[in-house]
Amino acid sequence: MSIHIHQFDNGMTLVAEELRSLESAAFCFLVPVGSAYDPPARAGLTSFVCEMVQRGCGSMSSRQFLDALELLGVEGSESVSLAHTTYGGATLADNLLPALSIYADLLLRPHLPPEQLEAGRLVSLQELRGVEDEPAQKAMLELRRRHYPAPWGQPSIGDVSGLQATTIDDVRRQFAQGYRPGGTILGVAGKFDWQALKSHVGELFSGWSVADLPEPGYGPRGATRDHIPFESNQTHICLAYDSVPLSDPDYFRAWGAVHVLSGGSSSRLFSEVREKRGLCYTVYAQHRLLRDRGIVTCYAGTSADRAQETLDVTMAEIERLYEGVEADELDRLQARMKSGLLMQQESSSSRSMSIAYDWYHLGRVRDLAEVSRCVEELTPESINSYLVGHPIANLTLLTLGPKPLEAPHGVS
Amino acid sequence: MEFREHTLDNGLQIIAECNDEVHTAALGFFVRTGARDESDKIAGVSHFLEHMLFKGTPSRTAEDVNREFDELGASPNAFTSQELTVYHTPYLPEYQTRILEIWADCMRPSLRTEDFDVEKKVIVEEIRMYQDQPPYGAFDEILQLHFRDHPLARSVLGTVESITDLEVADMRGYFEARYCPSNITLVGAGRIDFDSFTAAAARTCGHWEAREAPRETPPPPAYGSSRHVDVKATSTQEYLLMLSNAPAADDPRRYTAKLIGAMLGDDSGSRLYWELIDTGLAEFVSLGHEDYQGAGVFCTYAGCEPEAVSQTIEKIQAVFREVEQNGFTQEELDRAKSKATSRLVLSSERPRSRLFSVGGCWLQQGAYRTVKQEIDAFRAVTVEDANQLLREFPFTETTMLAVGPLGELP
Repeated sequence: MSIHIHQFDNGMTLVAEELRSLESAAFCFLVPVGSAYDPPARAGLTSFVCEMVQRGCGSMSSRQFLDALELLGVEGSESVSLAHTTYGGATLADNLLPALSIYADLLLRPHLPPEQLEAGRLVSLQELRGVEDEPAQKAMLELRRRHYPAPWGQPSIGDVSGLQATTIDDVRRQFAQGYRPGGTILGVAGKFDWQALKSHVGELFSGWSVADLPEPGYGPRGATRDHIPFESNQTHICLAYDSVPLSDPDYFRAWGAVHVLSGGSSSRLFSEVREKRGLCYTVYAQHRLLRDRGIVTCYAGTSADRAQETLDVTMAEIERLYEGVEADELDRLQARMKSGLLMQQESSSSRSMSIAYDWYHLGRVRDLAEVSRCVEELTPESINSYLVGHPIANLTLLTLGPKPLEAPHGVS
Repeated sequence: MEFREHTLDNGLQIIAECNDEVHTAALGFFVRTGARDESDKIAGVSHFLEHMLFKGTPSRTAEDVNREFDELGASPNAFTSQELTVYHTPYLPEYQTRILEIWADCMRPSLRTEDFDVEKKVIVEEIRMYQDQPPYGAFDEILQLHFRDHPLARSVLGTVESITDLEVADMRGYFEARYCPSNITLVGAGRIDFDSFTAAAARTCGHWEAREAPRETPPPPAYGSSRHVDVKATSTQEYLLMLSNAPAADDPRRYTAKLIGAMLGDDSGSRLYWELIDTGLAEFVSLGHEDYQGAGVFCTYAGCEPEAVSQTIEKIQAVFREVEQNGFTQEELDRAKSKATSRLVLSSERPRSRLFSVGGCWLQQGAYRTVKQEIDAFRAVTVEDANQLLREFPFTETTMLAVGPLGELP
């Protein structure tokens, strides 16, 4: 058995997968507090907290913390999504347990030093400003803000007023409530000894005790059609519509349909929008997930004078998908998935994340054989019957660029 | 793990690091051509040609190429740099011959005028996309300022004008001159059946006509310090780049240079990180060693609010002065080595990343090096090596470029 799961009494879950051909091990902590948990007047607070917890923890200053990780050869990373704050890293297998000890200090015993609040604020403000110079990224964030029910579309970077208003008490409160064992998932993948890992993680985290915090509920959605004026060469076109979550029995059918639209260079969007017409350099669609719903998002970026045609062709391709997918398209999708799954086995980092997210979405962990079986069981008929039963719903269109576009029909 | 090499009669070199412990493989055609081999008239042609390689051959349409790769579950990709154009894909070992056959066919493209005209629009969109993102494209710009009339000054993307004016005949001429077998290396990594690999290559590439494709590698120009400003009024942040000379690709001191990059400018835990990022002064900062044939540079790159530019420049220069005066410490060198070693081992677990190390080393240094040899080379670097290298390649002679809303540097 290569997958191991242990739930600790305090609500934290350890999921692990042995990858015997590797000499490395990777870990990924999903802490159940993300930007959806930002208070209304403190947009960006969760990211601010993520910045502050790295400014010293346990007996270490921030410098000692980073030095210790470097000596262990840990490539660390952290990010804030809608639902989680994620801390991850990969290193040589022998260094896994010492690396987890360092992260236990980070998660349980950060100093959150008041004298470093202003430096932390500057870092957060810089990140926010940086996005202004990345129009494609900015457009996607604004699409999600409008399409997802509030507060589940709040960008993690926050806004200037929220970051400016944040006090050390806000940071400490958000940390005290949000960083909690209930719902925290630690995913580990690569080379390790399961018994040693389980007992080490138990020693580090079993004393962690914080009251549970309910997930924020769903509020209203934003504008379904919007344009953000932006002085740029290109117009950035973003579309979103509803789909099903990972836990839905129809998930693989929905996922398959999106991959026919945009997976591989023979997929429909790439061939019709870029290859045949040369309308843009970047065009894609993705299936994204919240725990209880899925969302298809689609992006195309092109010169302002060709943006209307790009939107029209992209929309026409999305609609044509609902006329059905062909057997050869499914064959290609299955071949791509087969090689993609094998390649994932060679990356301890990506497996550690996958199994942690499986636990969040499904309350169980799928091995690659199961995922492979689900993909192999797809037929054109099963995808097409899914499409018939799930017409495009709640379409949101957001454009960012020099001038607005004429919306396709179906967008109110 | 076994290294194998073979050369076809027409001069095409085939190399592979064969590893039966892994489940996948990757292959790439590494062409020794890039922006440095262009002239003003054909600026950007290497990168444009890279796109055209996917546009079909006498026996395959562009749709066929895309469809056939997808049928084998393979994601083909390519990139163009100042001196290399690489076509590559990871794949499942059972498809080795078919993947190689499709790529080999693509390497003799039709370069049809109709496809050229459509793809020209895609390239123009790519350039406009980068123009909207001030941090991108700035590296091309500072290479031009730093290398002036040296071949490494040339931009990979070209400009909207140079691409618009490019004629298909120019591209065909460039292809004939540069894509000859003596200028191409077929590289494999992972679970490779080498005998079958070379047999398929001989069958599909053996008829390519042998020719020479010379390249000039003049030494970098002598230069002093200079400062330049590129005003982008719509930019929110100000972006700073600094180039100074450093060891070239075939210089054994490149390992020392990479560790200096990590000690001074790694994205976390480095000297610049503590001065600029931890304090919130800049949005990001990095210092890295880029190496080319006959030349190399240290590139420092930072982004900050326009108001913070002068303080950012001062801090960076203070870090340079401090290390040039007092040298590096053993502790920071040990941490940099530990990071470099860990990164090497982690990336070596994947044939798709090992491909670039094996191919890059072969083309740039003319040799194969195992992961262990690379690790040993990093471990052998001493503090004195690093201090000595900075005496030879001081940061005091630096080309500086600022891109952003500021009209002039303070």
